[in-house]
Parts: sequence; C-alpha cells; structure tokens
Amino acid sequence: MIEYALLFAFTCYGLALLMNIYRIIQSPGPGDRILALDTLVVNAIALLALFGILEGTTVYFEASMIIAMTGFISTVSFTRFLLRGDIIE
Amino acid sequence: MIIEILISACLVISGVFGLVGSFGLIKLPDPMMRLHAPTKATTLGVGGALVASMLYMHFVNGTFSFHELMITLFLFLTAPVTGNFLAKTHLHLNRKASDLPPTATDRPWATYESDEMRERIEAAEDASAD
Repeated sequence: MIEYALLFAFTCYGLALLMNIYRIIQSPGPGDRILALDTLVVNAIALLALFGILEGTTVYFEASMIIAMTGFISTVSFTRFLLRGDIIE
Repeated sequence: MIIEILISACLVISGVFGLVGSFGLIKLPDPMMRLHAPTKATTLGVGGALVASMLYMHFVNGTFSFHELMITLFLFLTAPVTGNFLAKTHLHLNRKASDLPPTATDRPWATYESDEMRERIEAAEDASAD
C-alpha cells in the first residue's frame, strides 16, 4: 500500500514542479517569479523526502536541509534586492 | 497494518496539498491571492511528506532520525518570513501609497517610509520619551 501512496505522491509533486516551472517561464511580474522559485524549492525538498522513503536511507536529509537553507536565503535576497536595490547594506 | 495506513494517508494528503498549492499559484487571479496558495498549502504538503518519512524510518527501517523534524521546523519558521517579504515586494512594485487604507497612526505604511522620514520620526519619539 505504501508503494502506491508513494507513487501517487511522486506524481503529484512532479506535476507541481511542472506547474512551478510554467509559472517561472510565464509570469505576470517579478514577485510571482520569486514566489514560484520559492515553491519550487519547497517541492524539491518534499521530493527528496519521498526519494528517501523509496530508497530507505536517511542520506538525503542533509541535502534537503541545505536546499531549505539556500532556498530561504535566495528568496530573501531576491525580495530584498527588489525592495531596497541592495542586498547587504 | 495501522502504521502502513497512517504512512499512506500522510503521503496521499501531502501529495494533494502540494499539488493544490502549485495549482493555486497558476489559477488564482490576483498577486496577493497567489501568495496564499504556496505559502500555506505547500508548507503543509511538505510537512506531511516529512512526517511520513519519519514514521517510515522509525517503524519500517528501525532507525529514528530528528532531521525531518528539523527540516519541518525550519520550513514552518521560514514560510511566514518569505510570505511577508513577498507581500512587501508586491506592495512596493504594484501599489501606490494612495491606494492603501490609512494606518490610523501618524506614521505611514512601513514599506513607503523613507530612511530620512523614519530617522526624523524616531528622533522625535526619543525626544518625547525623555
């Protein structure tokens, strides 16, 4: 049963990643593009967690932790650049 | 068996929430509305996936790890911060100060307060507090 649920979750997150990529390519403004990038990072973390279940290892959690941190920092710096015209003042 | 049902339910709920969050990013009409879908639904979705992973590692593999809890905590802490920053960016780029309702104080909206204005107001507040 877990295998089918895992397959379902993989399909959902794959479709979600495709939607995010569509939003990044065709977007009404820079704010939406940053939001789509942030969602892409979060979905990538979920995919890594699912891949860890599939393989049965905990190796991928360090990678997802680092992805979470870089995603947060990059989103904050993008918005900071749009807000202030400068990242580190 | 119960554990298996629990893990499968977590996985299915997480998948549905992740899909709904990303679909809302495309579907919703207004930028402020679009902010809702990813920051809430997707965060819950990734939380579900990480809880499922933790249960699986504990009950099926027999190894317990705190990493999932750390990642969940980190995501739950950072999602509101990024949401706030994105909302401020949207206000800054797409709305004029005259479009917004009054703040009911003598200070303007924080996004439109210039550095000189803030210094002047804070110096006046310090002077009145002394």
